[in-house]
Amino acid sequence: MLKRRIIPCLDIQNGRTVKGINFEEIRDAGDPVELAKKYVKDGADELVFLDITATVEKRKTLLELVEKIAAEINIPFTVGGGINNIEDVTRLIAAGADKVSINSSAVKRPELISEIANQFGSQCVVVAIDTKKVDDTWYVYTHGGRTATELKTIDWARQAVELGAGEILLTSMNNDGTKSGFALDVTREVSNAINVPVIASGGAGRKEDFDTLFQTTKATGGLAASIFHYNEIPITELKTYLKTLKIPIR
Amino acid sequence: MIAIVKYNAGNIRSVQNALTRLGYASVVTDNPALIQAADKVIFPGVGEASSAMKYISERGLDEVIKQLNQPVLGICLGLQLMCFSSEEGETKCLGIFDNEVQKFRGNALIPQMGWNELTDLKSDLFVDVKQFSDVYFVHSYFANVNENTIATCNYIQTFSAAIQKNNFYATQFHPEKSAGIGEQILLNFLQL
Repeated sequence: MLKRRIIPCLDIQNGRTVKGINFEEIRDAGDPVELAKKYVKDGADELVFLDITATVEKRKTLLELVEKIAAEINIPFTVGGGINNIEDVTRLIAAGADKVSINSSAVKRPELISEIANQFGSQCVVVAIDTKKVDDTWYVYTHGGRTATELKTIDWARQAVELGAGEILLTSMNNDGTKSGFALDVTREVSNAINVPVIASGGAGRKEDFDTLFQTTKATGGLAASIFHYNEIPITELKTYLKTLKIPIR
Repeated sequence: MIAIVKYNAGNIRSVQNALTRLGYASVVTDNPALIQAADKVIFPGVGEASSAMKYISERGLDEVIKQLNQPVLGICLGLQLMCFSSEEGETKCLGIFDNEVQKFRGNALIPQMGWNELTDLKSDLFVDVKQFSDVYFVHSYFANVNENTIATCNYIQTFSAAIQKNNFYATQFHPEKSAGIGEQILLNFLQL
């Protein structure tokens, strides 16, 4: 049986792992290569690296860091942040990334999704959606959550899949950093509407949050950052817990 | 020296990184002479079947690969290209294995993406690998089960997770991305 995935996310700023709360109040959380190695040892199923400063400061994701990570780890990893064109993707893949995650640039120019899918395959394209609930409707936000759009999250997810997205990484800005649990309603709505994997992100604070996520939505992965970085919930302990609840876990 | 066949398919670098971690030198090449002279050959790949076959045929690599006598390991798209044909782009493949490659059809997410269990393990490729070990898959197409099958997996239906015929081995999963289990499988191949 295909297993549900536990995915630590490393937000990268100036070559360091950082973590914010509700997309702000950023603090340092360590060396990304060392953290990545530790997560692999602990049983992480995949890793996601997001260069959170890239779009805003017009800075390219650090290729050197990607090369170092690729040399050290033996599980799949995704790199996102500041990817605007197929050349950016080519460089990241050449450096050793397995998948790329695009966000603001895909909203601005949706054809980018097709361009990457046509050249590298859909499995290579993760469309990351930062979403916020406003008056009971989930909308898409871009530029690290700083820019509101009129796009409804469900519509954008459908369009992204039609264009060739192989996976949707759905982050609830309302939940991110709050440790109050995943945004189950929008995760359920999106994962019911599309036929590619959905990774839920934002709000994981307790082991039970992953249980609820996997029991009540079709999300195939749960992503979190701070609870893993600060060892509040060790990955090994989380996976053992989920296995005892009969959730398919590696 | 291990030769990794270079062609227009994604992340070949990760295979080379995995070999380096295991202490094996390798070269990524589409030069027929280097491939023929290698101790072992790895034919990796993520991508689309018809364009990949076009690339290797244009360089004469199709005949080179078919005639290799040393151990050869196909990975993912590499496995599919070593089969008889693929539904993807209605492609005639190398025909090293007589398996047919078909698209997944059914009520499940496609591609299969993630960790799934290996079953019915046989062959020296799986020394010290336990039944139900989890390995990493990313694919929308699969090879059917037949006499070449040395491992199976179930997603929508049972398919070949690995196949072997003589000196040719191939895995649908990515050993280079399958943590410690994957490294053991690569090591088994490298020690053949």
